Formats: sequence, structure tokens, C-alpha cells
Amino acid sequence: MSFLVNLALGLLFGLGLVISGMSNPAKVLNFLDLFGTWDPSLAFVMGGAMLVAFIGYRLVLTRQKPIAADRFHLPAKSDIDLHILAGPAIFGIGWGLGGFCPGPALTALGLPAAGTAAFIPAMFIGMWAARLMSENLPRTSST
Amino acid sequence: MTDFTPLASLIGGMMIGLSAVLLMLWEGRIAGISGIAGRLLPPYRDRAFLSRFGFVIGLVVAPFVMMALTGHAAEQTVSSNLPLMAAAGLFVGFGAIWGNGCTSGHGVCGLSRLSARSFVATGVFMATGFITVFLVRHVIGD
Repeated sequence: MSFLVNLALGLLFGLGLVISGMSNPAKVLNFLDLFGTWDPSLAFVMGGAMLVAFIGYRLVLTRQKPIAADRFHLPAKSDIDLHILAGPAIFGIGWGLGGFCPGPALTALGLPAAGTAAFIPAMFIGMWAARLMSENLPRTSST
Repeated sequence: MTDFTPLASLIGGMMIGLSAVLLMLWEGRIAGISGIAGRLLPPYRDRAFLSRFGFVIGLVVAPFVMMALTGHAAEQTVSSNLPLMAAAGLFVGFGAIWGNGCTSGHGVCGLSRLSARSFVATGVFMATGFITVFLVRHVIGD
């Protein structure tokens, strides 16, 4: 059941990425190209998503617990450590190089493009390396 | 050049937001794609593998469902510079997990929760994204 719900929600998310243009690296790179062929569309993607999520989260979080779990799993960390600066800095460089972030890259997985075929395995290797490193090394902050 | 598409982008964005809200309602989790995708690989700390797998399959089939429903193929232009794309993938994957989130987890879910960490993360990856494209297109490029 949870598989099917997640499948439907992943599909909704993915259709949103495709319809919004976020799944097109050319559009993402133009959004990031402030001093060139700037395409501000993706600000509307962010705005639309935040508008719905800002209101929706407030409604949902008035509940005692979610429908299919015992409790809400919300990130508890609030400190600004090296991870929250270095990780996004590295992420942004990759985002600016390829125009893909993880969601759009996954929606592109089934479409024929050599660049996607190079990006996705490398992305999973990067994710795996970061997970193993952050789970094995002592964190810079006390958590 | 790509066309400015405020309406389609707003509607698509609202669908992304709705998916995030419904995931929170269903099982109380943040719709962070890097967290969902990154935990498809071992080691497994919980029993949510099948759920995460379902979400990722939904993302993968989305362009095909779009094609079936509307007859329009998803518009996509990907660089064919393979070493560049592989490097981009490594940076995106590593950075997203190292920073506990990506465009969805920090940019959409985190900002909507008014998380200070997500405001910092989103500001930093937008800044390095802008700088990278500036360097690639306007400094190295010409």
C-alpha cells in the first residue's frame, strides 16, 4: 500500500518537474545565467511549490500523527555547521555544471541522452560516498 | 534560449508542493529527493526501502505518463560533454547528502518549514550555482 501511495506521489512530483520545465537542464542553466540568457521561470516553480507546502504543512502538522506512521519525522538539527555550508556549496557547483539536481535527473533516467547516462551513476556514487563518510567520520558538531 | 513559462512553471511547482504535503500527511516524511534516492543504497537503517523505491519509480515514469496523457514529449536538452556530466553528478550526489538535502528537501520543504539550516543551504547552492554558470558561460566560455 505504502509502495503504491509513494508511486503516485513520486509520479505527481515528477509530472510537476516535467510540466514546470525544471526537468530540462537547459532551462535550469538559463535560470542560473543571471548575466546571459536569463529565464526566470524556475522562480515560479519554487514559488508555487512553497506556497502549497507552506500552507499544506501547517494544516497537516496540526494532526497528532501521519496516516501511515507513528509520528512525523522532521529534521531536528538547527545548528549551522560545516556540513550545511560545504555540502550545498559542492551541490551548487554540480548543479551549475550539468543543470540537473536529483529529482529532474531521475525523471530523465528513461529518456535517451548520453549526458544523463553519465550523470546518474556518478550521482549515486557521490551519494553513497557521502553517506559512508558522514556515517563513519565524527561529525563536526555534537548531535 | 528557453521560453519564459511562468504559468506552466507555477502549476508544476504547485504539483511538487502538493506531493510534498501529501507525503507528510501519509507517512510524516520530508519529500527530499536526495534523501529518498540516496537511501536506496545500503546500509539500510529502516524498513522504508519499498516506499522510497516506489517514489523513485514514480519520478522515472513521469515523462512517459505525461506523453501518454498529453501527447507532448518532455522537453529536454542535456549536455553531451560526458566528463562534465559525470563530474556534475558526483558533485550533486555528494553535496546533496553531505548537506542533508537538495533543491527539494532544503529549497521546497525546508524553506516552507522556515528552517534556518535550509535557508542557509538554499542560499549557498543558489550562489555557487550562479557563480558556476557565470564562470562556465562568461569567463571560460568566450
